[in-house]
Amino acid sequence: MILFRRSWQGLVALALCFAALPFLPLLDPAAPAPFSTVTTALVLLLLAGCALLSLAALPQRLLAGILFFGVHLAAWLLLSGISGNEGMASASFFLLIAASWLLAWRCAGALSDIRSRSPLENSFMRLLIPGIFGLWILLLWETATRGAGIPFILLPPPSAIGVRIAGSLSILWADVEQTIFKAVVFGYVVGCISGLVTAILADRIAFLRRGLMPIGNLMSALPIVGVAPIMVMWFGFDWQSKAAVVIIMTFFPMLVNTVAGLSASGAMERDLMRSYASSDWQTLLKLRLPAAMPFIFNALKINSTLALIGAIVAEFFGTPIVGMGFRISTEIGRMNVDMVWAEIAVAALAGSVFYGVVALAERLTTFWHPSNR
Amino acid sequence: MQKERLILDRTLPVLAIVLIILAAWYVGAFFMNAPFQRDLDRRANVTSTPMEFLQKTMAQPKPVLPAPHQVMQNLFENTVLRSLSSNRSLIYHSWVTLSSTLAGFAAGTLLGMLIAIGIVHVKVLDRSLMPWIIASQMVPILAVAPMVIVVLGAINITGLIPKAFISTYLSFFPVAVGMVKGLRSPELLQLDLMRTYNATAAQTFWKLRLPASIPFLFTSMKVAIAASLVGAIVGELPTGAVAGLGSKLLAGSYYSQTIDMWAALIAGSLLAAVLVTLVDILGRIVGRSMGGRPA
Repeated sequence: MILFRRSWQGLVALALCFAALPFLPLLDPAAPAPFSTVTTALVLLLLAGCALLSLAALPQRLLAGILFFGVHLAAWLLLSGISGNEGMASASFFLLIAASWLLAWRCAGALSDIRSRSPLENSFMRLLIPGIFGLWILLLWETATRGAGIPFILLPPPSAIGVRIAGSLSILWADVEQTIFKAVVFGYVVGCISGLVTAILADRIAFLRRGLMPIGNLMSALPIVGVAPIMVMWFGFDWQSKAAVVIIMTFFPMLVNTVAGLSASGAMERDLMRSYASSDWQTLLKLRLPAAMPFIFNALKINSTLALIGAIVAEFFGTPIVGMGFRISTEIGRMNVDMVWAEIAVAALAGSVFYGVVALAERLTTFWHPSNR
Repeated sequence: MQKERLILDRTLPVLAIVLIILAAWYVGAFFMNAPFQRDLDRRANVTSTPMEFLQKTMAQPKPVLPAPHQVMQNLFENTVLRSLSSNRSLIYHSWVTLSSTLAGFAAGTLLGMLIAIGIVHVKVLDRSLMPWIIASQMVPILAVAPMVIVVLGAINITGLIPKAFISTYLSFFPVAVGMVKGLRSPELLQLDLMRTYNATAAQTFWKLRLPASIPFLFTSMKVAIAASLVGAIVGELPTGAVAGLGSKLLAGSYYSQTIDMWAALIAGSLLAAVLVTLVDILGRIVGRSMGGRPA
């Protein structure tokens, strides 16, 4: 019977707990609200206990569960103690945070070793493991900024950014409306549709395809964002100029990918269509466009990020007094770094939702493709 | 015979499309510059023949859309005729942009490869890091570029490094994704063969996985270097237009120097084309020296 499990994270975490002892207390002696002895002891016991448990041969699920709650309780105790004592954490504080980070890693390791037959549990794991990773990025960020007292201007702690987001929802919403619902959506739809139509045309006319493809390939490598100032000059400060940038940026990836996709159907399938005496258009609609769908969705996904970038960068060159790019460039000028980060968080969220919608549409329409089965 | 086919199938269509674009550009230049020229003529009480009018629309100092020959002339003046140390030399500005592009590209490629190696060999990293790498690209870093520049400038890191940082962020992603794909491309049969040779993980990596990933690496490096150039250009926007192609664009947009803007844009495009071609050639050389067959 195996009693022990090798785990370097557990051993190192245990060593870190011992290394933290000589550096106690957790905060500088001058701190206004020091940790109580009970809390310090509790944190130490929790971490040492988790480290020891992670060496024991427990079932993976049990181990992961215990570690998850123990470690995060310890981290929460540590972080909540820092409020009011910013920048006064001692070496022991950081050692203990490092120990809990290692144990969280061990926890994620235990979770990823779990083999489950239920699809529900599997998809839960697919969310939980990256979730732990993301949580720890935020926790380490918070520790570094508030524990070590990094200047607010340089890097605001995530909690301050969260407070800022909650406090200025109406401004953020107005920016999203201006940038995404006006510029991005319009530009994305028009750019993708015109790319698709051009690709179908290029597919019909071989001469056009041979001429357009090298240029299209070249164009997708070029810094197209650079046309932003020109578009602002032509179409004015409002959302139309941003939409124009988005159209140009999304056109070429769509064109190149769709043309590649239209030649994806096999010779055998095309012969079958011929033997059905189907016309060129019928073959296109019933065989080749559906076969090109994975490629088209690839372009749609690439474009979803490009569109957002294009619209925001174009706003740096001139906007009405609303919009995400405008907010970022003015708030950084006023050194309101937390507002900039709030805007970035919103942009990342919007980008992820955008990407997620496209990915969902892909799963619904190309369910037949091997990568989705 | 083969050469003729090449010209007929490849060069001719491309040339035709380029000519069509140029023609459309001239027509566009005429129509976009015409209202302003008409206004100028009316104020100066000049009546010009259609031919003269056409010529005038192609020779404005600050046109809405400069004609191709104006841009080319500006490009020629600012590259060949200008001394390299001049503030107006596009070669100087391109060099500034190129240096941060290359620094960022090198760092990004290295980072991407390390992440890929970690993901392929450590299971926890695979399950926890991969979704975040994809999510990291949802952050429109170009939008964050001004903040990165200003914030790093606040702690006295200015010049090359902040711009290179943005390039790194943009270029690590394609390399990481392509490299993971490449390192996983050896088939089960080949991996089993390595096992029968009693190869260690390191030996399998150096002798099988790494060589198999090289074609994937170069394909993604082409994407990465284009992305780092974009990053460097956008990184130059908020530095107060000091140097670089991006600052040239910004200065052009401030002072409505449209011809300068277009010339900078063309210079950036040429730079991108050259860089991508160089990576492509390097990939071919490496592939050939490794004994790969031309695909």
